[in-house]
Amino acid sequence: MNILKLFLSFLKIGAFSFGGGYAMLPLIRKEIIEVHGWLTVKEFIDILAVVEMTPGPVAINSATFLGYKVAGIWGSIAATVGVILPSIVIILIIAHFLSKFRESPYVDYAFRGIRPVVLGLVTSAALTVAKDAIIDIKSLIIGGVLFYFVSFKDMHPIAAIILAGIAGAIIY
Amino acid sequence: MKLLFKMFNTFFKIGAFTIGGGYAMLPLIQDEVVEKNKWLTPEEFMDILAIAEVTPGPVAVNTSTYVGYKMAGIKGALICTLGTVLPSFTIILLIVKFFWQYRENPTIDKVFLGIRPAVAALIFSAVYKLGRNMQLNIQKIIGAALTVFAIIILDISPIIIILIAAFGSIGYFKHKEKGI
Repeated sequence: MNILKLFLSFLKIGAFSFGGGYAMLPLIRKEIIEVHGWLTVKEFIDILAVVEMTPGPVAINSATFLGYKVAGIWGSIAATVGVILPSIVIILIIAHFLSKFRESPYVDYAFRGIRPVVLGLVTSAALTVAKDAIIDIKSLIIGGVLFYFVSFKDMHPIAAIILAGIAGAIIY
Repeated sequence: MKLLFKMFNTFFKIGAFTIGGGYAMLPLIQDEVVEKNKWLTPEEFMDILAIAEVTPGPVAVNTSTYVGYKMAGIKGALICTLGTVLPSFTIILLIVKFFWQYRENPTIDKVFLGIRPAVAALIFSAVYKLGRNMQLNIQKIIGAALTVFAIIILDISPIIIILIAAFGSIGYFKHKEKGI
């Protein structure tokens, strides 16, 4: 029964969290701790720390982890499918209609206005991450050097992440 | 069949190597989907980012579903999304089962002190590449700067800003059409 409840909880989380990842956490916390009492606050915070440093979307990581803690492997599958199902359905509907209305001048006008906003959104995300990540001169150098190589020398992002991890282990 | 496999592979790689979620995934998606494979144009990439922002759910799932659908219909959408989700799903299960007790390891902390500035650098380079591809003029730069101000200083929801920009832009171009 927990498995069905997990699925429905995460379906709700997937359907109502805008802005992805971190924006989902308050809703996840409410469902898992307050509504169902599946985990304690301490357990939840420990899990978040791991989720943050594991590759992949925060929403998927949390769903898999919490689902497993609550109901084992089937719980993790139920929670993960639940959290992605709403996005898949909504995006399929939008993609379907967009391919029909691509030629409409209104769609074109709307996106022409939105594109600079997207540039601003990504810039804001970069600034927010930088605020927590650039804590001293060493991290500033890592960030600056990698920005140069990725932007101007075509370094692959995966190579940048691996190099940065090695650099961190050596210099800290 | 070959394309489907390549799509799965690409999104599997994206899912496996992005740490920090959400916007930290953009540089890799941009690199693989726009620059290397050219499955999306730079404009389409920005449009899907806007759509991902006004619809619920993880940005990576939204993007992979959209790209998959565009390239190969519903089958493509499911395969790309599975590729994105599978690495996290597997890694998390391994962690819960085997590595949960090592979570306070000092070397891991140091590695992450190095990775965090790299994530910031990658997102800034995504900004640089987006800007390079969109023929920036003074109006677009002001629009982007106002957005940064609204998000960081005024703490306004991105959804509201996107909706204002969309309807404002439609109004502006309609007005311009009538004027001519």
